[in-house]
Amino acid sequence: MKKYDAIVVGAGHNGLTNAAFLARAGLDVVCIEKNDYIGGATASRNLYKNWWYSNCSYVCSLLRPEIFRELELQKHGLQITPFGGSVTYMENGDFYASYNDSEVAYREMARFSRRDADAYKSYSADTMRQCRLIRDFLLTTAPDPTSFKPGDLRELARIGGKFMEMGEARMYETIRFWTMSVAEYLDEYYETDVIKAALSGSGIIGTALGIHSPGTAYVLLHHYMGDVDGNVGSWGFARGGMGAVASAIAGAFQAAGGELRTEAGVDKIIVKNGKAAGVALDNGDEIFAPVVVSSMDVKRTFLNCVDKSELPEKFYQRVKHFKARGSSGKVNIALDGLPTFPALPEGSSLYSSDMHFIDSMERMERAYDDWKDGTWSKDPYIDMVIPTLSDPTMAPPGKHFMSCFVQYCPYQVEGRAWTSEEKDAFGKTVIDQIANYSPDFKDLILHAEIRTPEDIEAEIGITEGNIFHGELTMDQLLMNRPVPGYAQYRSPIAGLYMCGSSTHPGGGVMAAPGANAAREILGDLRRPNTVPESFGDD
Amino acid sequence: MTDKYDAIVVGAGHNGLVCSALLAKAGKKVLVLEANEQVGGAAITREFADGYSVSACAHLLYQLQPEVRKELKLSPQMSSEDMTTIALAENGEHVRLSTNEVHGVSEQDAASYIGFRKRMTRFSDLLRTYLNKTPPRLGEMKFQDLKTLAQLGFDVRFGLGKEEMQEFLRLIFMNIHDEVTERFESSLLKGAISLDAVLGTHLGPRSPNTILTYLYRLAGDHGRTGTPLGGMGSVSDELAQAARAAGATIRTGMPVRRIIIENGRATGVETESGERFDSFTVISNADPKRTMMELVGARHAETGFVNRIHHIRCKGNAAKLHLALDGLPTFAGLAKKDYAERIVIAPDEHYVERAFNPAKYGESSPHPVVEITFPSFRDESLAPTGKQVMSAVVQYAPYDLKGGWDSAAKDAFTQAVINTIARYAPDIEQRITATELLTPVDIEREFHISGGHWHHGELVLDQFLFVRPVGGAAQYRMPVDGVYLCGAGTHPGGGVSGAAGRNAARTILKREKAA
Repeated sequence: MKKYDAIVVGAGHNGLTNAAFLARAGLDVVCIEKNDYIGGATASRNLYKNWWYSNCSYVCSLLRPEIFRELELQKHGLQITPFGGSVTYMENGDFYASYNDSEVAYREMARFSRRDADAYKSYSADTMRQCRLIRDFLLTTAPDPTSFKPGDLRELARIGGKFMEMGEARMYETIRFWTMSVAEYLDEYYETDVIKAALSGSGIIGTALGIHSPGTAYVLLHHYMGDVDGNVGSWGFARGGMGAVASAIAGAFQAAGGELRTEAGVDKIIVKNGKAAGVALDNGDEIFAPVVVSSMDVKRTFLNCVDKSELPEKFYQRVKHFKARGSSGKVNIALDGLPTFPALPEGSSLYSSDMHFIDSMERMERAYDDWKDGTWSKDPYIDMVIPTLSDPTMAPPGKHFMSCFVQYCPYQVEGRAWTSEEKDAFGKTVIDQIANYSPDFKDLILHAEIRTPEDIEAEIGITEGNIFHGELTMDQLLMNRPVPGYAQYRSPIAGLYMCGSSTHPGGGVMAAPGANAAREILGDLRRPNTVPESFGDD
Repeated sequence: MTDKYDAIVVGAGHNGLVCSALLAKAGKKVLVLEANEQVGGAAITREFADGYSVSACAHLLYQLQPEVRKELKLSPQMSSEDMTTIALAENGEHVRLSTNEVHGVSEQDAASYIGFRKRMTRFSDLLRTYLNKTPPRLGEMKFQDLKTLAQLGFDVRFGLGKEEMQEFLRLIFMNIHDEVTERFESSLLKGAISLDAVLGTHLGPRSPNTILTYLYRLAGDHGRTGTPLGGMGSVSDELAQAARAAGATIRTGMPVRRIIIENGRATGVETESGERFDSFTVISNADPKRTMMELVGARHAETGFVNRIHHIRCKGNAAKLHLALDGLPTFAGLAKKDYAERIVIAPDEHYVERAFNPAKYGESSPHPVVEITFPSFRDESLAPTGKQVMSAVVQYAPYDLKGGWDSAAKDAFTQAVINTIARYAPDIEQRITATELLTPVDIEREFHISGGHWHHGELVLDQFLFVRPVGGAAQYRMPVDGVYLCGAGTHPGGGVSGAAGRNAARTILKREKAA
């Protein structure tokens, strides 16, 4: 039987990235995937006629440029089309839009408040400063503050140094930013409710917290720290849907000699004498390798696929208590034509921006209260885009694909499984909210795929369908991600590594965890490092 | 020109008194000016109905730092000590929590509670050490700052050990909700612990940061609560005595209008009546916002600093309800002696969170959480013979109530609290002869605390340690020469602990020595 150098479990974007860097170092790598398609939550799926849905992740921005270039993803077919702006529809018939052009953005803000428009400059500068601080640490391993190893001490000193460089006032600003709520952060700059509501969404997407919960200001960064073509903070669509990201990385992996196996779900990770030895598949097959890298979330990896007896009790308990809460749903819609939004001028460029339908901070927070009560938001925060306006390949000519990301949607309804009626009611809530601002929308719907966190878990395998593989709260970030003492991609079992979004720096289609894990693994194997250095803070 | 003082303390709250007493003990000539007729600030006893007296704001003593007790030789007489917390159940099967054990829950919960408290105490003991130290200043990196910072790192790493340090760095960001739901099954137990974590804050049990507030609560005397004989005012009186005995002059009914700044430094204060007192050191026991914006004046500091002060979040959510009762109400399942304990209404962790929800939207809780004591039960000085006083902290009553706290809003909230209590003690309403509700707005007016906040400023990580009250002033020194802070708005925060007052005094003395 063939023995590989490494097995990567899961062909999501992190698994593939990890596999690609390992293969490029000359390792014989197989990447196995339970589904019959690759990409995990970074997929384009043909679920209705000639439509391709980005049915989980739907926009691309966070993908690290270092990885994009190193793996030559462009050569492997990945094309990112930037798209701009956003619009928030208001109950009074007006709307608030944001534009990439800063002068236009200023005028639009000034329409509501001159003071807010003036504040935007300092808001951007302050937020981007935090972005730049963290961007530098995305492609590095988080140091262990309890360790005295030279590597950890050096990295701690580097972080300390970066921090000191900021100067006193900005150091305080940073401490506050990393711990405060997005609502309070925005309150310090803005006075207009709709502007705050429009900006606050980025603090709670994918997060089981409300805009008033401490720690949510940081989550903003997970939506600002990306870039398209070097434009920090801007967003783009992958041509052909998010699956194009996965297939480009898979292309790089295969070009390096890697082997990809789909429909190969893992039943158990085989551990012999305390060391990883391979995996046993659902179909009974076994594959052997001294290195097993799991891109599954940490809970699924250790609670489902490893025998409890192989793990230290404390580690097991911490993994068990790792918070991965389902809080987001998705509704993917095939449209017979482009719906009209009467609030917008005809032919407005805002049709191709992302759209929101909640115009106040109170509505934002109340959406979270529903989730706490174990139900979906009755007035949810929806991040809606129509990618086909920028990328006509995803639907037949003249037809459209609409992606609605929905916050909040619980993993279970009041602690039990979703019924199909509830699922439909959830979909109806979303469709109705959009229809309030687009009278012809409902008539254009040809097909809708309604996805609760439970569905996402069942299909992709992510525990509770948490899009980040675990909450992005400070108790689960950096040296705490996924659990203290194991934040450096290694596990208590020799040869078993983690490379999914449960590890530093967390979720989003960033591919940084996969790359970081590869660097650690190659170091352990004394192989040359194939993972690029961080570009720094640009 | 009147006499010149070595230091003038504005406000005779407990921190102001601790600070004055310590300065006076060090031989300084100290003048304390208090706006109200009584010393104590929010730590006073006063009559609220004919013959009925109560601790007007703070009613439980649990954080007074041993250092303060020792240095000022305080020994407050207590009517109740090491109180048990009784978490009320409607069916009378209450849960009783003490420092190290819990009764009325499953064996498993009882065992978990012991482990939980042990662990929490370990972390709160570490925190306690730092309550009594001046936080280092980050930007300047003077030797002293670096030393304190290194000591902090050393204590965390070696005091706790590797594993516990990892745990500490994780827990400090967590919420109490996740911690209690992971550990316990009893709803009452989860509710009571959640309540302790959120009292006095604008946070619900699901808000990250509520482990920190819980640890803060334990950081006094491991969370042991007591009621002082004669109410909280007697603690303040004892502090005032200590200050006077050390030579400080305390003058009440002397509201300060402004701190006089001349040539960029403090030279004294001017009272509302126009009297002027001179000193190059003015220490404000008032909250940082009031100190900067009203007493000093924004024009005397750099705009960036004033802006930070402006952004301090200090809107209170805790109200006080005082009832004059013609006898003890009957709580099902309570023995007579139980009325000397601390009684809480927080039937489960969701109840506490739901009580918090309306506060986010400027509404008061229709089903509030309540912390009840009957201070008169063992203290006849507080009520006429045979009568009783109930003192309760009730949440949430947001400072910024939509529509404002007019008398209708106050009556409605009072009724909501009484209805809540009546579920456990149906006869309470018949026993009431007088009521008094102090909302954060009343507390602001009566005790001159901006926002009427328990801690003079939300106790959250973005307003904690290095950044309390704001970055650059965490060392009790304002950026205006000669102006200092010593109130709850500074490190470590509120509660009758005396820590802020003591740290401020020590900082001032140390600076003088250096100069």
